[in-house]
Amino acid sequence: MMLNHIISMKDFSRDDIDIILKQAQDFEPVAKGRRSNLLSGKILATLFYEPSTRTRMSFETAMKRLGGEVIDLGSIESSSIVKGENLADTIRVIGNYADAIVLRHPREGAARMASEFSKVPIINAGDGAGHHPTQTLLDLYTIMRESSLSGLKIALVGDLKYGRTVHSLAYALSLYHADVTLVSPAQLKKPEVIKKDLKKQGALVSETTRIEDVVEEVDVLYVTRIQKERFPDPAEYQKVAGVYRVTEELLKKARENLIIMHPMPRVDEIDPAVDRTKFARYFEQSFYGVPVRMALLAKAMGEL
Amino acid sequence: MIEKEMRVRRIEHGTVIDHITAGQALNVLRILGISGTTRAVVSVAMNVPSGAIGSKDIVKVEDRELKEEEVDRISLIAPNATINIIRDFAVIEKYRVDLPERLDGVVKCANPNCISNTNEPVISKFMVNKKPVELRCIYCDHVISEGIAEHLK
Repeated sequence: MMLNHIISMKDFSRDDIDIILKQAQDFEPVAKGRRSNLLSGKILATLFYEPSTRTRMSFETAMKRLGGEVIDLGSIESSSIVKGENLADTIRVIGNYADAIVLRHPREGAARMASEFSKVPIINAGDGAGHHPTQTLLDLYTIMRESSLSGLKIALVGDLKYGRTVHSLAYALSLYHADVTLVSPAQLKKPEVIKKDLKKQGALVSETTRIEDVVEEVDVLYVTRIQKERFPDPAEYQKVAGVYRVTEELLKKARENLIIMHPMPRVDEIDPAVDRTKFARYFEQSFYGVPVRMALLAKAMGEL
Repeated sequence: MIEKEMRVRRIEHGTVIDHITAGQALNVLRILGISGTTRAVVSVAMNVPSGAIGSKDIVKVEDRELKEEEVDRISLIAPNATINIIRDFAVIEKYRVDLPERLDGVVKCANPNCISNTNEPVISKFMVNKKPVELRCIYCDHVISEGIAEHLK
């Protein structure tokens, strides 16, 4: 039997995405507390080899609100991993306990490899600087609910080199023929190979280093944190830390219907004063993770 | 023709790898595991004028026929190479190397953080684009397009 693994956005067609977004919308009332027993009797295992708050908690919330249960690895320090167990073995063991596994791992390609060993569906919750498809789907869902996916003009701002969310997102946006502007300091530009891929997909991609250049023109400003933990050299991080800051002042020139998104956590790239403006949608975005992950869990466990 | 035969003499049994991209003969030897300590009879010709590709390298290995995996590796660094299998001085089979669509266990992923470069029980796996030659790791999506010989396992 083919398992419904969720590994990379590249495994999704535009139609697949549209179906998930529609199902997520159907799950919104459940995400807000209406009872459901859709996944009653099912168990989800969460395997996080790297810290996570939102992703892990929103998966747990999604599973529990659908009537299912969650088991987790506990802290890495008290698990079999410190004894030197490899991922392939861990996956084969946990697959005996759970109906699906959510995996976050520091190595690129970990989820793909896990899917080769697993007898239950693997849901990739981030593999190193690689993919993070459930984040991408919730980003698309946020755009669909708060703006529009058709004729979209979007700017992706910040760390486009190490930030895994933006690679997956840019790829998915190309399926919607979005007009994408990449805004990053020269050191954190999107790798050429990814840009080439995007253009091959038919995406309109342009680049700039100045956020001021785009703020008047876009429907969505997607801001990311410059991730200190992914820099090999702390001096390199210092050079680019705090280079972009979204403030009320900057937004004076923005379109009426602009929305600002952020995968969170933020550090100082969005001024807290912006939270009160009509543009801010990052807290809604973090809520939308729940209905989207409900749709993905239901799909992975064969209940949709 | 006579001059060509003088340059690298005919062999009785074995394999002639012809039309190797000029400069790649030593990499072909490396792929075949042939080093200075080999006991096999090996002839190497480099930068031989060739009508088809300008200049080429040739490797002749006596008493050996190549495995499919070895041919796959050669195809990566010498996409125009031809393999001639010789028995009793006659060419009994001749074919051009062909890059397969998938390469498993042949090339090491260039991304040090790729899961295939760990102690996990997996071999490297790449999807192959033929023109230009590009290898895409099926695990981490990393693309190798230059210096492929350096990444051969």
